[in-house]
Amino acid sequence: MQVQTMHFKSRAGEKLADQRLQQTLKKFAGRFVASRAQAITELDDFEATRDAATERRMRAIENLDVWLATFEKEATRRGATVLYAETAEQASKLVVEIAKKHGVKKVTKSKSMVSEEMQLNHALEEVGITPVETDLGEYILQINDNEPPSHIIAPVIHKDKEEVADLFARVHQKPRLTDITEMTREARDMLRPQFLSADMGVTGGNFIIAESGSVAVVTNEGNEGMCTVMPPKVHVVVTGIEKVLPTLSDLATVMRLLPRSATGQSISNYFSLLTGPRASDEKDGPEHMYFVLVDAGRTSLIGSEFQDMLRCIRCGACMNHCPVYQKIGGHSYGWVYPGPMGSVLTPSYVGIEKTLDLPHASTLCGECHVACPVKIPLPDLLRKLREKQFDRGLRPGFEYFAFGMWAFVTKRPALYRFATKIAARMLKFMGGQQRLIHSLPLAAGWTDNRDMPAPSGKTFRELYQEKTKS
Amino acid sequence: MRVGLFVTCLIDVMRPEIGFSAIKLLESAGCEVVVPASQTCCGQPAYSGGNKAAARELAEKFLDEFESFDYVVIPSGSCGGTIKTHYDDLFAGHPRLLERLAKVKSRVYELTDFLASVVNLQTLPPPTAGSFKGTITYHDSCSGLRELGVQKQPRELLAKRAGVELKEMDEARVCCGFGGTFAVKYGDISTAIVDDKCANIHASGADAVVLGDLGCMLNIEGRLRRTGDTKTRVLHVAQVLSGDV
Repeated sequence: MQVQTMHFKSRAGEKLADQRLQQTLKKFAGRFVASRAQAITELDDFEATRDAATERRMRAIENLDVWLATFEKEATRRGATVLYAETAEQASKLVVEIAKKHGVKKVTKSKSMVSEEMQLNHALEEVGITPVETDLGEYILQINDNEPPSHIIAPVIHKDKEEVADLFARVHQKPRLTDITEMTREARDMLRPQFLSADMGVTGGNFIIAESGSVAVVTNEGNEGMCTVMPPKVHVVVTGIEKVLPTLSDLATVMRLLPRSATGQSISNYFSLLTGPRASDEKDGPEHMYFVLVDAGRTSLIGSEFQDMLRCIRCGACMNHCPVYQKIGGHSYGWVYPGPMGSVLTPSYVGIEKTLDLPHASTLCGECHVACPVKIPLPDLLRKLREKQFDRGLRPGFEYFAFGMWAFVTKRPALYRFATKIAARMLKFMGGQQRLIHSLPLAAGWTDNRDMPAPSGKTFRELYQEKTKS
Repeated sequence: MRVGLFVTCLIDVMRPEIGFSAIKLLESAGCEVVVPASQTCCGQPAYSGGNKAAARELAEKFLDEFESFDYVVIPSGSCGGTIKTHYDDLFAGHPRLLERLAKVKSRVYELTDFLASVVNLQTLPPPTAGSFKGTITYHDSCSGLRELGVQKQPRELLAKRAGVELKEMDEARVCCGFGGTFAVKYGDISTAIVDDKCANIHASGADAVVLGDLGCMLNIEGRLRRTGDTKTRVLHVAQVLSGDV
């Protein structure tokens, strides 16, 4: 996906002004938050499960090299080929090479955010291979001129039913349907021949399991199964190197939290654990199975103050619970990963200089940390990114000046007393009779849409001194 | 017991009366309240802005001024949260400061937490004549709620105030959109968020929204007034508990 992170402010402004989108986002936010809240009550001890999942993910990341080596050995032993890509571009090249090697003309894909990092569809198209997105949401986006997803698990959450109905009628050249079941059936009719004629299936991997060399794929539509056990003779898994779990028991723990945190489901409709290509005594499965394990910036987080981010299980709870995401949607963030987890990952993956807004566009309300099933301290990580920006001189000059002045004054109580005395009086004067300030020259962001309630003119300090003297 | 009151910079300039309400409550609970005159700010604006060095200097200043008290009480969840949950990060690599912090940290309390959990205040001070009576709804400020676990405490205390009835709003725990400089840097996003808060306040039908942090207070009041609501009162929990408004 093209990096558009530097247009955050203008994008967010457009999204806020889009009334239709605002309605759609409002509906979605309430639903995901409520269903997750309900779903976690099904667990006897949600907090203990969270602790266990966190601990298991940390164990995986702390010895990532060891678990990857184990995974490679086990997957290879079962007939799969494990390849590593240092960059997203290399990963795309590897997939293209695999496709060429097997004479592939058409690729069916199940949902994969890593493939968005890789811009895989574009790379395939460039060499004349047709990629077909088969997740309903991703399919909708693909037929809408390759629109990028706006959410990591609900890619088309920014569209309402009517928009999709218009799109289907236009692209499918069929009578416009508005019943969701019928619309879904129509998409299924469009996709079925694609599944039957594809030569290769590409899936993401929610997790890869070291002890068995398997990949775990979670979907609600079963399309991952269609991509891997229907005719395709080749199955390629593309996923991040950090998605490894040591054992199947770890997977069981994490899976108790993933669907519940994501969509509020106890379990997703489909869950595939795929191990190796089709064996001689098996009836289905691909002839060849490849893993393309992508680094693309991940190892740079190991041992850094952002290592916690690597245990992310991509459930989307942080964005579902984020008051900022709920207002501006995913496209405002300008790259693959939106919301709090995106605002931490994106600077690390595409460069801190290109993402100056992301860590600051958060109220640090802390709800993402509360909702995160693996307890990633997202607000702390956002704050650390702010520190990096500040220390590297990337903030606007005005901020350094203002902080400098502020720090100078707050450290000197006598000067502070004097400065606040003046400020309280000025603000009182500006508030007038209504005691409301309608415009503050240096804080237009505040007063464009809000008043600033004015103070009464004397500071607490002054009043306290007067009182204790008398 | 000797209690050091950390007034907070926003109360000092914007709403000094809240400081006096806090003193009244603490004194009614039998505390000897001391207000160190040299106090300024806890350092949170610098810390959230990425300027750790400036924040650390103020954090150290806080230690100098407050470590000698039996308790330190703060009528703000966000300043309390900064001290109790973030000073450790600020002092990382400074063992002597960490040692001093460890000794004082457990004695630092947000006001309602202190009144409910430490002194177990049973009787509120008598209200001043004509003070607020009516329905209120409570907004949980983010840092107080999520960093300090302040949720039950203000509600328990407010239940003791005769003539004040709590009507919970939807999404009371959701952020109001303030976020410090966020409200200025991303004013349009902040406004969209506070609009939801205002709608929830209105839907509750309460006469007043009560809360424990000045940032949220100015944000919510500022938006209510700009959108023509001159009626709904925005009150700090200390003002209602003390019977001062």
